[in-house]
Amino acid sequence: MGKLYDRLAQDYRVKEGLRACINCGTCSAICPAAEFYKYDPKTIMNIVQTRDDAQIEELLKGDQIWYCGECLSCVTRCPRKNAPGLVIMALRSMSIDMGYFIESEKGRQQLPLTRRMQNNILNYGYCVYPRTFHYKDHPEYGTVGKWINENMEAVYERLGAHLDQIGPGALRKIPQESLDELKAIFDVTGATHRMEVVEEASKKMAEKMGMTLEEYEQQAFDETSQEHLNL
Amino acid sequence: MIFQGKQKIWSEYQKDIPEDHYFYVRSCIRQSFFPASEKTFLDIVKGELGKDFFETPHHTTCGGIAYHAEAVPQETMMTIIARQFALMTENGYENYVCSCITSFGLYTEVMEDWREFPELEAKIRENLWKATKREFKVPKYLAHASDIIYKFRNEIAERAKFRLVNHKTGAPLKVVEHIGCHYSKMFPSKGVGGAEYPYVLAGMIESWGGEVIDYPERRHCCGFGFRQYLVKANRGYSMSNTYKKFESMEPFEPDMIITNCPGCPYFLDRWQYVIAEQTGKTYGKDGYGIPVFTYEEVAGLVLGYDPWDLGLQTHQVAVEPLLDKMGVPYKPEEKYKGVGGKVIVPPEFPMNIKCC
Repeated sequence: MGKLYDRLAQDYRVKEGLRACINCGTCSAICPAAEFYKYDPKTIMNIVQTRDDAQIEELLKGDQIWYCGECLSCVTRCPRKNAPGLVIMALRSMSIDMGYFIESEKGRQQLPLTRRMQNNILNYGYCVYPRTFHYKDHPEYGTVGKWINENMEAVYERLGAHLDQIGPGALRKIPQESLDELKAIFDVTGATHRMEVVEEASKKMAEKMGMTLEEYEQQAFDETSQEHLNL
Repeated sequence: MIFQGKQKIWSEYQKDIPEDHYFYVRSCIRQSFFPASEKTFLDIVKGELGKDFFETPHHTTCGGIAYHAEAVPQETMMTIIARQFALMTENGYENYVCSCITSFGLYTEVMEDWREFPELEAKIRENLWKATKREFKVPKYLAHASDIIYKFRNEIAERAKFRLVNHKTGAPLKVVEHIGCHYSKMFPSKGVGGAEYPYVLAGMIESWGGEVIDYPERRHCCGFGFRQYLVKANRGYSMSNTYKKFESMEPFEPDMIITNCPGCPYFLDRWQYVIAEQTGKTYGKDGYGIPVFTYEEVAGLVLGYDPWDLGLQTHQVAVEPLLDKMGVPYKPEEKYKGVGGKVIVPPEFPMNIKCC
């Protein structure tokens, strides 16, 4: 008992975010995710405080830890200055590092997320970038968004952006030497390793589910079960 | 000076914002969805006010959205931020201002973590050196770009061509202000007015003649939720939060919404469109929605900038009802044109909500 907790407790977000939870439930009362999903941050804080490996492992393999929106409204309201949102972030990191994330539907979303975010940063230097933000994946972008997508150069020029241009300005082409530095940072700090872990574990799970990795990624991005919802 | 009661409490949530000499970093979301707002910010502080705001093409994402989507570890995000600080240091600046609220929250958190855990800062310095051979100083002052517009709100008011007032009746416009969660919910003392009474946008509204609306879900998240929007399967979460806010503000009949976060104006605008297309419901009058603006867009309107130079044509919810109330002139036929009047085929019209 306590090995998983000991590992979790090494995370600075747990050092910052879990001092002594009195389980009052204020975090759950303010939480937007608790209203939408079958989710209760108070229970998660309580489980972590028990230091019980079996219960913590269940959390790491389950859907609950992926419901939080990381708005961190809980931090403002906690009367003990805890940060349930930060503890959730530490649990998520641990779930990925240990390969447990593939056991839950919401955890399996890590493949499309990691691929898309890391691709944007390493290739362009941005987390969100117009050339990879497609209307077909984002129909809520609306008729105006579709118009922006279809007339990208002309619209961004009109808005004073410097799309793919050299020099400063919005959406400038970030110099290759700066992108190379981001890649070196990824290699030194574990982001490259995280991508490898996510790819490897997802590949095994896709095989187990009888899918190609591309089918698995698309399903993780598109589909969700109603059972998550707090109806 | 001895402060008493509320005055003392209020004084603890004020920021002493430096006047000048900032290293400026952009926002991934705002560059993609509101690039004209960042241009307007620089036009105001550099062009109108003559201040020194420096930008290098070598700065990048802070990695914040990827970090909050768990796509990169905390150490990666911290080291990317350390690189941004190195660029600031190398260019001779000590004041750091960011366009993004997610970044602002992370910069604040990182600087607090390093102060509390010096061994963590040492590790990040080592990471940065290994990866880039760069070194850095921690900024002496961190501001969000909305802090700067707040600081100069009265100077902007003095130059105003238009005010947040109905130009026909003289009545102040009713304005909803929406603060990005990561501006002050995590570290209340770092935001103007703290988490309970954030004043950064309310101060602008009051200075420019508008009336701030208080409504029950004023402090509720817009619903971005990072992975809750980035993954298509989760977007019900995002829309539900926006829906909750609009249902709550509707009885107060706001004329407009002003925001200081990258994602919030996008979500509050686009989810109104989705709600209208799915249910037929619009929150404005006669098939219009409630127009949503960045603070730079509003500052630009007050200063008399052309609405299409401000990028208001990229909103899904029509802004024209607000322009008409303020008395701002505009050319409808120019709305969807390119530079020099270049013709671009205009967007399709939605079924249930007016976009112009």
